Amino acid sequence: MLKIKSYVKVNSIAEAYELNQKKSACVLGGMIWLKMGNRNVSTAIDLSGLGLDTVQELEDEYVIGCMTTLHDLEINKSLDAFTQGALRESLRHIVGVQFRNCATVGGSIFGRYGFSDVLTLFLAMDTWVDLYQAGRVPLAEFVKMKKDRDILQAVIVKKTPLKTIYLSQRNTETDFPVLTCAVSLIGEQPRTVIGARPGCAMVVEDKEDFLYGFTEMSKKEKTEAARRFSEYAAENVPVGSNMRGSGEYRRLLTEVLTRRAWETLGGIEK
Amino acid sequence: MNLSFWLNGVYRHEEVEPDTMLLDFLREKGCYSVKCGCETSNCGLCTVLMDGKPVLSCSMLALRAEGKKIVTMEGMQKEAEEFGAFLADEGAEQCGFCNPGFIMNIFAMENELEDPTEEEIKEYLAGNLCRCSGFVGQTRSILKYLEYKKTKKREEAEE
Ligand SMILES: Cc1cc2nc3c(=O)[nH]c(=O)nc-3n(C[C@H](O)[C@H](O)[C@H](O)COP(=O)(O)OP(=O)(O)OC[C@H]3O[C@@H](n4cnc5c(N)ncnc54)[C@H](O)[C@@H]3O)c2cc1C
Ligand code: FES
Ligand code: FES
Repeated sequence: MLKIKSYVKVNSIAEAYELNQKKSACVLGGMIWLKMGNRNVSTAIDLSGLGLDTVQELEDEYVIGCMTTLHDLEINKSLDAFTQGALRESLRHIVGVQFRNCATVGGSIFGRYGFSDVLTLFLAMDTWVDLYQAGRVPLAEFVKMKKDRDILQAVIVKKTPLKTIYLSQRNTETDFPVLTCAVSLIGEQPRTVIGARPGCAMVVEDKEDFLYGFTEMSKKEKTEAARRFSEYAAENVPVGSNMRGSGEYRRLLTEVLTRRAWETLGGIEK
Repeated sequence: MNLSFWLNGVYRHEEVEPDTMLLDFLREKGCYSVKCGCETSNCGLCTVLMDGKPVLSCSMLALRAEGKKIVTMEGMQKEAEEFGAFLADEGAEQCGFCNPGFIMNIFAMENELEDPTEEEIKEYLAGNLCRCSGFVGQTRSILKYLEYKKTKKREEAEE
């Protein structure tokens, strides 16, 4: 059970940061995850009065306030168009609308959960986190950083031209995913992300350049590149077992989802 | 701590502990339609509307209701009875335990989606679990209810 001694609706991020330096303090996102744990919190820090619950579209980037709910992200028309529906696809299977009206982007990214659909898709874009103390950090770096007591103010998505596809495999609708996969072309740069391994989502480096020049390839070449890269991904992405699936199943899924995602992105119909 | 908010259209000033969940608080205030069906934010039984949006009252501090408009099924009796008749006609409910959360989410869906398809209805209601049925009767009842509302609206516009 979550026990809270005092609750402060802060007036600034600076105040939140100061309060959060105490080990027993805790920042509240949507509280969905927090509520599941057994914890004695001395000061619960509520950021909900700071107007950080909106998506701002600027000329060259989206600034997504940390308190933006997953459902508000899902129904944001501009982000939906920018990601060609991939953002919505990554969110719509997460439990239910009521849940996604509570869970926040800040809690989802700061938590760096292994199973995260949210993290997987955001890693496939040119995404940065805006931390109060550390400033702007690329998301790919942030996922490797040790959890500290900083405050995530916003998630920034650069408007570098993007093509992206999101796929996930679930044993049953609304359950945690068994594997997540997002592929993208950020400009011309191919990127593949595999999550729910069940470890934290990771970018799969294309060390042998299978996907180099993907947009310029013929359909046949794209099919071949997708096949070869997906085999390479299955061999190189560390996967493990948990109650939702075995490591072997995840290895097979890595291959199939990676291949399907790249084929779809390449416009290859099966 | 002090909490001022609207509950089913009435502005209220209340005292609440910092860690009281909205679900427990609403039940203390007599809203017994709001129920707890799980420990994992998964079942949707505790759904209430906050400023018109469906949220899980089991996973939200009561203090987060500050300045907000909370609506439970107690505040939508007439509408609930109207939809309830469709559920009954389709034999959609068995024990009926899931109904309050399910019905509140249908009202939220009516606010959010215009003329939803069956697929969209199923997606919107995926977070409402029913342990007795397979949603077939419920889906039928929603489709008939929405059709009835559409006809009613058209007739009112023609008058
Ligand atoms: C039953 C269940 C099923 C789920 N299924 C899925 C799923 O299928 N796919 C998926 O992707 N996710 C899933 N999730 C995770 C969910 O989508 C959210 O990512 C998660 O609940 C965290 O978001 P929150 O807003 O609730 O954060 P909270 O629970 O409020 O916070 C989480 C952590 O982040 C910290 N925090 C929050 N905001 C900030 C901030 N701005 N700065 C610094 N620290 C902060 C908190 O102190 C806490 O440690 C599931 C969660 C549950 C409980
Ligand atoms: S009681 Fe089950 S989701 Fe709230
Ligand atoms: S009718 Fe029994 S849980 Fe739905």
